[in-house]
Amino acid sequence: MTTIEDAIARSEHKNLLARTTNLQLFWVFMAAVVACLALTLLTDTFATERNLFNVARNFAFVGIIAIGMTTVIASGGIDLSVGSSVVLSAMVISVLMAGGMGFWLAAPLALGTTLLVGLLNGVLIAYGGMPAFVVTLGTLSGVRSLAMVLSDNKMMWEFGPDHNLLLWVGGGSTLGIPHPLYALALLAVIVSLAFKWTRWGQYVFAIGGNENAAVLTGIPVRRIKVSIYMFSAFTAGVAGILMAGWLGSVTTNLGQAMELTVIAAAVIGGANLAGGEGTAVGAVLGALLIEVIRNSMILLGISTFWQGMFIGTFIIVAVAFDRIRHFRS
Amino acid sequence: MSRLVLSGISKSYGAIQALTSVSLSLEPGEVLGLMGDNGAGKSTLVKIIAGNFAPSAGELKIDGKPVVFHKPKDAQREGIEVVYQDLALCDNLSAASNVFLGREPMNRLGPLRYVDYRQMNEVAADLFKQLKSETRPRDLVRKMSGGQRQAVAIARTLLSKPKIVMMDEPTAAISVRQVHEVLELIHRLRDQGITVILISHRMPDVFSVADRITVLRRGQLVANKAAARSSPEEVTGLITGAIEAA
Repeated sequence: MTTIEDAIARSEHKNLLARTTNLQLFWVFMAAVVACLALTLLTDTFATERNLFNVARNFAFVGIIAIGMTTVIASGGIDLSVGSSVVLSAMVISVLMAGGMGFWLAAPLALGTTLLVGLLNGVLIAYGGMPAFVVTLGTLSGVRSLAMVLSDNKMMWEFGPDHNLLLWVGGGSTLGIPHPLYALALLAVIVSLAFKWTRWGQYVFAIGGNENAAVLTGIPVRRIKVSIYMFSAFTAGVAGILMAGWLGSVTTNLGQAMELTVIAAAVIGGANLAGGEGTAVGAVLGALLIEVIRNSMILLGISTFWQGMFIGTFIIVAVAFDRIRHFRS
Repeated sequence: MSRLVLSGISKSYGAIQALTSVSLSLEPGEVLGLMGDNGAGKSTLVKIIAGNFAPSAGELKIDGKPVVFHKPKDAQREGIEVVYQDLALCDNLSAASNVFLGREPMNRLGPLRYVDYRQMNEVAADLFKQLKSETRPRDLVRKMSGGQRQAVAIARTLLSKPKIVMMDEPTAAISVRQVHEVLELIHRLRDQGITVILISHRMPDVFSVADRITVLRRGQLVANKAAARSSPEEVTGLITGAIEAA
């Protein structure tokens, strides 16, 4: 028997359509779709296999890190050190492989190094009580310098016995789809599930929503925070390895200013810098939209100097959307 | 048997005496209005009962059994729950998620464990029904009225079948209609045999819901009497010191 109370208990605000159109994600997705359609009609170069392959691969790197960044932002923090973690990971793997180490040993070591960066960030923020912005600004500077010291600021392009394997992992494709895209898809699925269905996911959003409440209800806030920054660094490490393989050479300016693009992708994808909101799919769509815009400007022959203006406008529009949404509710 | 007995509770911070030999006893299903001016020692007393810190002297008994709390978890284990003034809710989560925050039920799928939303929603819906609150478990707390938010915070305490619920200024920042809702919620708790300690500045709210009124002034218990035999005027006098004791 269904009583009124049961009906109340089961019901939710608004119907599915209203909730969907209320999502920033939906509009970002629509913007990307419209941009793609327009480009297909306006140019005969966009919808070519070669170009789509490039777009897919290019946005995957930013997308992978944007998923980690979204986690950090959803918990109410920020991680400025991801660009530096990218170069450190790429440098560690290339130096080790150039020294003769195999890929399957060098890759975990490179990831381990970036996890240490995340651990340092997390411990200083969670246990030291320091602001995330300042701590990760410090590691942004320190970690890139470490990569320079490690490589003596030389370009690395010889990766030892597993040279071709590294190039295949980062730059190759299977079934016509570039490998970084597989990594992105896998990560997006796992993190989406983790956000919704694990305690860890619940706690990330609880900390971002009201950290004090999270502490009072007995959530291990500090440990969760450390894990969040380690995860963010891990995604940067993965991207670093893939980028090393894609480019076939590593210089110390790899990933420079990448944190800004990554944060832009996360914010455009609906991550709220005040904490408590964000999705993995949003991060991916944000990264996609940025890459489509970048690509379209090149194809349309617009000066690349205008790129920053477009991305900046999108960030502000995304935040404005968010304000309007909250204003209405 | 008394649910909670405080005998000779004192607390000093160095030279400052925050509480001086406070003795009090509460019955199951009794609503106590704890009143006093700022700095009179209300929060100190509440924090001692909640296990946030230990008294310098004195003893607590729950159901006749002496207890010593080293941390809030110890007090929770003895059935003492606190509804904080800011309610400690996460606006971005659903009502059910907030009720279960930190105590999420898990389901198994092979080696994987995942959050059991179905159980969370069902239990939360049940608790809201008990509280006769029109709060929907799946709604985000951000979209709720002050009364509904109180219901969520109170439902959270009910999850552990508490003996004593302490509420810190639950009616301080909400509308008149919502105050009525919150006072109803307190009645629901009392009907379940839960002892409620209500800390409030709002005289009419305390008198409309409390069975007994206790007044603290400068760390001392100056009154402890049935609400029916007191009046707002008397209590005001006791709080300010115009009336010495009653």
